[in-house]
Parts: sequence; C-alpha cells; structure tokens
Amino acid sequence: MPENTEKLGGLWVIIEQRHGKVVRVSLELLGEARALSDKAPSDVTAFLIGEDVAEIAEELIWQGADRVIIAEHAICKYYRTEVYTDIICTQAMKDKPEIILFGATCMGRDLAPRVSARLKTGCTSDCTKLAIDSGHLVATKPFFGHDLMTDIVCPVNRPQIATIRPGVLELTNPDRSRKGEILSYDIRLREDDIKVKVAGIINERSKNLPLEQAEKVVVGGMGVGSKEGFEMLKELADLLGAELGATNLPVDEGWISEEFKIGQTGKTIRPKLYIGCGVSGAIQHSAGMIGSEFIVAINKDPNADIFKLADYGILGDINEVIPAIVKEIQRQKGLV
Amino acid sequence: MDIIVCIKQVPDSYDISWDKNTGSLSRQSASAMLNPIDKNTLEAAITLREEHGGFITAITMGPDQAEDVLREALGMGIDKAILLSDKVFAGADTLATSYALSCAIKKTHRFDMVICGKESYDGVTGHVGPQLAEFLDLPQLTNSTEISVKKNKVLVKQKTEDGYRLLEANLPVLITVEKNINQPRIPSMEDIMDAYREKIIDIWRGEDLNSNTEGFGLNGSPTKSKSVYVKKLVRGSAEILKGEPDVTARRLVEIFKEKGLF
Repeated sequence: MPENTEKLGGLWVIIEQRHGKVVRVSLELLGEARALSDKAPSDVTAFLIGEDVAEIAEELIWQGADRVIIAEHAICKYYRTEVYTDIICTQAMKDKPEIILFGATCMGRDLAPRVSARLKTGCTSDCTKLAIDSGHLVATKPFFGHDLMTDIVCPVNRPQIATIRPGVLELTNPDRSRKGEILSYDIRLREDDIKVKVAGIINERSKNLPLEQAEKVVVGGMGVGSKEGFEMLKELADLLGAELGATNLPVDEGWISEEFKIGQTGKTIRPKLYIGCGVSGAIQHSAGMIGSEFIVAINKDPNADIFKLADYGILGDINEVIPAIVKEIQRQKGLV
Repeated sequence: MDIIVCIKQVPDSYDISWDKNTGSLSRQSASAMLNPIDKNTLEAAITLREEHGGFITAITMGPDQAEDVLREALGMGIDKAILLSDKVFAGADTLATSYALSCAIKKTHRFDMVICGKESYDGVTGHVGPQLAEFLDLPQLTNSTEISVKKNKVLVKQKTEDGYRLLEANLPVLITVEKNINQPRIPSMEDIMDAYREKIIDIWRGEDLNSNTEGFGLNGSPTKSKSVYVKKLVRGSAEILKGEPDVTARRLVEIFKEKGLF
C-alpha cells in the first residue's frame, strides 16, 4: 500500500449530531482534543456534517474548537457512510490533519474504519485514553477478557485515526468567551450518486436517560442468578431513582438485554452512585465503571475484586441484603 | 445469488504474546473456535441461498489450523472454502487483513454480496467489514438484524443507539450482521464428518493474491502495538459493613443520606 506520511495539519474531531443536537461524546472529544493540542500545538477542528446544523457551530467553539468546518446539505440529513466518508476524506486529503477522532458510537464505528481504509492509514477503536508521545498519538485500549491494556501507535501513516468510547473522557465546561473560525464545505455530491438510501427509522429508545449519563446505577453480576433476580434489582433501582446495569455474563445468559451491559464490550458509566450486586469486579466489567464516584459492593465472596474498588462493601447474599435495603428505603419514604 | 462469507478463527481462552521488536500481537491458544458471531454470518448466507439459490464461498485468513473453522462452515452447508495462509500474512492489523481479504475476494470473481460478522470475539474492533467494503468499493450495510433481497435490491434493518434504520441498496453490497439476526443451525454429526472427509479446502498463498505482497501482514499494517501491560483496577479497600442484613441495610441507607444520594 502506498504510504502517506506528510505531516502538518491539525487535530480533527468528527461531530456526531442527531436531530440537530450534538451527541455528548463529540463534546467530550473536543475537550480532549483541546487538552492534547496544548501539549503538541495544533489547531482543533470540529467537522460538522448534517442538514441545518450551522447553529451548533458556536457550541463547538465554546467546547474547544478553533475552527468549525460545516458541511450542510439535504443529502446529509441522515448519516450515511458514503456521504460522510466522501466529505471527510476530500477535506482530509486537502488539509492533511495529523489526527482524526470519532466517538465509538454506531456511526463512529461504521465510519472511522471506512475513512481509514480510504486514506490508507491506521485506525484504533474503542480507546479509553489518548496521549501524545514524541509527536505521535498513543491510543490506549483494553484487551477483551484480560487485565491487559495496550498502547497502539500509527508511526508512519497519516492521519492517525481513533474512536473513543463515550463516557470515558470527562466533559469540560464550555467557555463562552472562546472565539473561532467557521468555514463551510461545498458539497458536490448528488443524491443520484449515493448507493444507500435510508428507507425508514424505527425509534425504540426508552424515555430513560442513556445509561452513560445516569447519576445512579444498580448493576447485577453473575451472582444475581436469574431474570427474576434482576426484577429484584429493578425494584431497588426504581426506589433510588437509579438505572439498571449488568456485567457480561447475565447478558450472555439472557437474563437482561445487551443495552444494559457495562464494561469493555458494553457501556462506560461514571455515575455518582454505583451499587454492584453479585458483581465480582473482573476487568471486563470494571473498565467500564471505574470512573464511578461512590461505589458500593454487595457480594458473598470476601475475595471478590470488587471490594478493592468499592468505598463500602456488604458481605452477604444479595437475596437477603437487597430486600433488606428495599424495605429500609420504603420505611424511610413512608411507603410501608 | 453468490455470497462470500468472511469468517475468523478465535481463541476460546488465550494467551497473548507480544513481540517487542515488531510491535505485533499474537494470540495463541491450545484450543480455538469459530468466532461466535460467524455462525450467524454463515446462517444468514445459507438462509439467503435457500430463498434465492446461489453459491456460498467462505474465506478465512489464519494459520493452517484455521482450516477447522472452514470445515465447520462446510458442515453447516457452504459450497466452497478458501484459507489464506502464508507467512506474509502474519502480524496483520485490521487494514492489512481487510486488504488481503479484498484481494482474495477479487480473485474469486463472482459475488453479489459479502457478509461479515459485526466484530470478532477477540479483537472487537469491527473494522474489517467497513475496510473490506472500501477496498472492494461496495456500499456497507453494518449491524444488520434482518436482511431481505428482492430482485436486485437489498433491504436491511440496521441496529443503532436509538433503535433501527431501514437501509436500501442495490447489489452488490457488503453486510455485517448482529448476533440476534438468526438462530444458527447445528450441523449433524454426519455433515461434520463429510466436511472433514470429503470436502476440499483451497489454500491460497500471498503470491496467489498479488505478486506484490507489500500490503500484507506486518508490512502492510500501519498500526503497531507500542506496549502491553497489566492494568489492575484498584482504588483501595472497601469499608465492610458488618451485621445482619437489616442492620447493614439501615447503615447503608444512612450513608446514602449523608452523601446526599437518597
């Protein structure tokens, strides 16, 4: 494959928006890009694609962008791989950015590898940490099923591409005094040339907050033992105004659906309160919850790793402890 | 309808060894298996062949022992199996893997659809589908939970954060599938025996694909692993609440109150 080693250019963040609202991970990435660019001077560019999205641009500048490139057109109404890849790669071949960052969302995971193949460069997915070392991006990702992390670099080819998991980076506060440049990208694609059509959208999102943004989460592990066990957890979660979560195994067992999975292959959460019920604390899971502020663990195994992560632990059978907590909360709320 | 299915052999529990000099990772294990989602990938292809007729070719890249997953695919009912096995493929990252697969697929000449699993069990990058689609210049329909084909048109139901999208495109396309797309069939003992005894697996080397093997393996891999290290997540030690459940429950709720969490 031909090498593409030219340097210069800046740090790009591909902005994801749905119905004109910026997806949170894009804002997290702008803050991170800002922090990285302070260590290795470069401009932060927010690349915004969509239909009628220009009014978002200012928010992106407040969040850390020096420059916003807006590609606005009816053809971009819905995310489509071909359209976005064409726009990003056309501009990237011109501007030669050093780094392009995407959120590891459905869109980012569909788009980043396609862009990397077109630009014949490397892509590292699902990163949990980014750093700059001797001018190179160092992208850290956990290894599935192991207490192992690996640092991936793309030493020669440019740009260096990475997708970062939502929720692992902290959201920085917007600075409303920041100023930046707004440029527009001239879209020349025609609808007739686009091979994929969006024939329908089925919205099934629950009214609940996304798990990544929940302030309290009650999480069940293998110790929950059954579907019914999760109903018991749900009762506790509802009383606390918390969301429900799970580790890998209960999802694999079919006790609870995939969207509740927290960890390396699931979601990353950083709630104010985390309650782990029958959770052992294996890295597959703990990598996705280590950012929690206050951690409570209930487990009957005194050697469970989760006790090394928790602030408070209760050594006991969840089938006895959780009903007792539920009863106590009900009593305090005057429900019984 | 002629379908190419890309499958992968993955370790079922594995030791990772890392070569400091090349920055490449090798994942070796005593026992290996077919990447779990690839059973769904194969099932999706076989279902489409049942509905529309056609020919299914499965391709995998890996060491000689990766032949086993092709035998399993043959047992499920695919028509032809190709193993890309050569030292020049070793140390490939996802880009070099996708490139080698694309060369093999171009060499097979005939296909209307390429199907891959959404991601592998070991790497979990989800790169190969989109990168392969790019090298083959195909539209990509990722994370599919349903596939239907009418004449030249394919419609898939794509899983997203918000629910689903229905995507439509003309053949040829590349599709990646989700685990819940179907329930894979379990081949009979007899079919598995046949797959081992009677079926032939084509083995293709780097030079069979391209006289210039620069793009394969370690050489063609832009990413390197700089270091691998153990990361134990430890924050300290929990204060254990002692006593009967009603006592610990009361204390815990008090703590929630003190922290303003209740």
